[in-house]
Amino acid sequence: MVTLNSKIPEGPLEEKWTKYKANARRVNPANKKKLDIIVVGTGISGAPAASALGELGYNVKVFCYQDTPRRAHSVAAQGGINAAKNYKNDGDSVYQLFYDIIKGGDFRAREANVYRIAEVSNQIIDHFTAIGVPFAREYGGTLTTRSFGGVQVSRTFYSRGQTGQQVLLGAYSSLSRQVKEGTVTMYPRRDMLDLVVVDGKARGIIARNLVTGAIERHSAHAVVLATGGYGTIYYLSTLAVNSNASAAWKAYKKGALFANPSFVQIHPSSVPQMNEFQSKLTLMSESLRNDGRVWVPKNKGDKRPANEIPEEDRDYYLERRYPAFGNLVPRDVASRAAKERCDAGYGVGPTGLAVNLDFRDAIKKQGKKAIEAKYGNLFEMYKDITGIDSYEEPMRIYPAGHYTMGGLWVDYELMTTIPGLFAIGEANFSDHGANRLGASSLMQGAGDGYFILPYTITNFLAPEIRTPRIKTDLPEFDEAEKNAVENINRLMSVGGTETASSFHKRLGKIMWDHCGMSRNEQGLLEARRMIRELREEFWKELKVPGKTDEVNQELEKAIRMADFLELGELMVLDALNRKESCGAHFREESQTPDGEAQRIDEQYAYVAAWEYNGENEPVLNREPLNFEFVELKQRSYK
Amino acid sequence: MQNMKLKLKIWKQRDASSRGRFVTYDLDGVSPEMSFVEMLAYLNEKLVLKGDEPVTFEHDCHEGICGSCGMYINGYPHGPVKGLTTCLLSMRYFKDGETIVIEPWRAKSFPVIKDLMVDRSAFDKIQQAGGFISVAVGAAPEANTIPVRKHSSDLAFDASVCIGCGACVAACKNASAMLFVSAKVSQYALLPQGRPEAKERVRDMIAEMDKQGFGSCSNTGACEAQCPKQIKLFNIARLNREYIKAL
Repeated sequence: MVTLNSKIPEGPLEEKWTKYKANARRVNPANKKKLDIIVVGTGISGAPAASALGELGYNVKVFCYQDTPRRAHSVAAQGGINAAKNYKNDGDSVYQLFYDIIKGGDFRAREANVYRIAEVSNQIIDHFTAIGVPFAREYGGTLTTRSFGGVQVSRTFYSRGQTGQQVLLGAYSSLSRQVKEGTVTMYPRRDMLDLVVVDGKARGIIARNLVTGAIERHSAHAVVLATGGYGTIYYLSTLAVNSNASAAWKAYKKGALFANPSFVQIHPSSVPQMNEFQSKLTLMSESLRNDGRVWVPKNKGDKRPANEIPEEDRDYYLERRYPAFGNLVPRDVASRAAKERCDAGYGVGPTGLAVNLDFRDAIKKQGKKAIEAKYGNLFEMYKDITGIDSYEEPMRIYPAGHYTMGGLWVDYELMTTIPGLFAIGEANFSDHGANRLGASSLMQGAGDGYFILPYTITNFLAPEIRTPRIKTDLPEFDEAEKNAVENINRLMSVGGTETASSFHKRLGKIMWDHCGMSRNEQGLLEARRMIRELREEFWKELKVPGKTDEVNQELEKAIRMADFLELGELMVLDALNRKESCGAHFREESQTPDGEAQRIDEQYAYVAAWEYNGENEPVLNREPLNFEFVELKQRSYK
Repeated sequence: MQNMKLKLKIWKQRDASSRGRFVTYDLDGVSPEMSFVEMLAYLNEKLVLKGDEPVTFEHDCHEGICGSCGMYINGYPHGPVKGLTTCLLSMRYFKDGETIVIEPWRAKSFPVIKDLMVDRSAFDKIQQAGGFISVAVGAAPEANTIPVRKHSSDLAFDASVCIGCGACVAACKNASAMLFVSAKVSQYALLPQGRPEAKERVRDMIAEMDKQGFGSCSNTGACEAQCPKQIKLFNIARLNREYIKAL
């Protein structure tokens, strides 16, 4: 067991962050140059962190598996980024944003962290605008916003349906400026294989050069993981196919705690699976639910084309079940409602695993042009994939694995339980509780990177100014490199008959069936057994072609797969432990009479932080969640 | 479901210094619902199980936005369908029995790393030379302090959607990077936030573009025709105007 100290500052909610900053230790500019920081990952958290730390004068080394930082999967975020600007005069405020996130997360996030991210949200919009991100504007020249699920104000800033691309490229441009300035060194095409811990502090990483296969040692005074989530564990997800959990998993095995691993957001609107070769489910932004209406036929097995089904035979089930929020309920609610209809036999499309998202009424009212201006690229993408023109007939959508609220446990300073190891963005667990609201991931990632980590990291670094550059010939580096090489050699020498991808598909199915949108004890126990068997089979039947000292994409997959097979079991264990339903974690045993998630606050108002324990079962550490400023309520969107 | 049988002629090359060659693969059981990269992954799965070497190629987001994928398909960057990246190119655009020729980007500034994977870091170098607005974290004014004409903002957005895939370079007989550079220069030139550094930016980015060995604009418009994001040629005109103003 470890002692969890969340380091939440004392005092009223709205003063905590101000007070923290006032009391944080500083590092003088001349000393910053002497301090090295490794940042792994260049998404909407890593790129901002690296550029901000570079601007401050630290010596930053940045790693990513892509050929360039601009391709990190934040680039694919579509709908927008939230901020409490209240430009629409609709009653928004920092408190309102904070409250919406806490409630949307079903009261399983830390109040202080959430309030802080709401506080910095406005600065994020200011900064992105200043560095040339073309957010959508009104004719008068000011910025405009739109609505997103789970809230009743309009606070989402956007660039058509590709906001993630625009803010990521903005962050990439600042990162590029720091490369030119010489404060940041880029190491693209690298996979982090292990974390190096020296005298209890994170001091470096072992990386594999994906072009030459060389195993490299990189040292620093502190290490920041901005490596994103692990939604690809489902194989079919909305993530990039190479997104993976390995960096966070290696940190876990070196002593960082993994918090709420079973909290995974299943996004309600992705293009449904069409064939067995598919390797990815493409997201259709939640913003579409602003104008699209979700429905299924009222009559089971109604096989008429959607446009031929008259109004009276349509069931707009979200509007029916949740009149207050209608089609804009939070993602977990929308996903479960879709599953419920499809399981009951009302699904549409060839597989019956889809619901309609219909723009007919919006087009009638606003005109095709207005809809095109808002969602043009999404309609195009949908047509590219399916061949269907959604201006003429409804889109078909179905839920898909999307975002992981769980991640490395961090304290208020975003530091893990390993001193000097920080986790930011989706890689940590901190802000979204059991369910993330739309357009909050870009906000949290950028907020962590630009405005929070640069302040909190100084408390760790200030006492390090006399620590000379960390040498890479320390025995800890030898040991970590040896383990990494042995792991690779072991994978190469299995000599079986199945590819890493085929194991991935099988694991994905187990996770989707038993640890996806809906979970129960029996299914989870079954999943645990199946994952263990699959892992054994993996180490007997895996086949990796080629050599280790060259580009070897099959080896890359195998390395990531070995970690997924371990992480999957931890997710199941966490889901088993939490016998309540909350947010995206739906335990069938714990629901209200009308089928909504039923929390059990007396027993489960805590963060489950799992500690690696070798071959034995991981140890559960509980961080109690104390709600001082909001009242715990049964979440209702009715 | 209909099954397609294809003949794939794919460029195989061990590394930048080795000689490459075409290797022909017969592939059965292709579904018209696969994307082009899923079809290649399917081929690789078969090759690995047979004990042959898989084809190295890049792909990641599968939704046309990360810019990882990119290859010549039957002589066209990203294939014969306008406005699509390779990952979104559906196999329904191909016919049963068809021979498909697949090659990496061919440009001196994009050396082959292996098979269809090329090194596009020259684009990063151009970006680093001046593709940014120098505002440090913390220094930004309130976002609505500077109003921006909606029309300019929309044009800036249209230019900013470049995914850095390199198809424009690959399409150009001079392997010019003008469309790529013009997209970034235009985005910032059109916004008031980008004006203070406009001159230095365009000079530095053009200088770096030349240094990286990209050719001159061929004026044929092949870049626009092949850009999966349909970035317009008039951005190059704007680039030239900005450049002349900056001299």
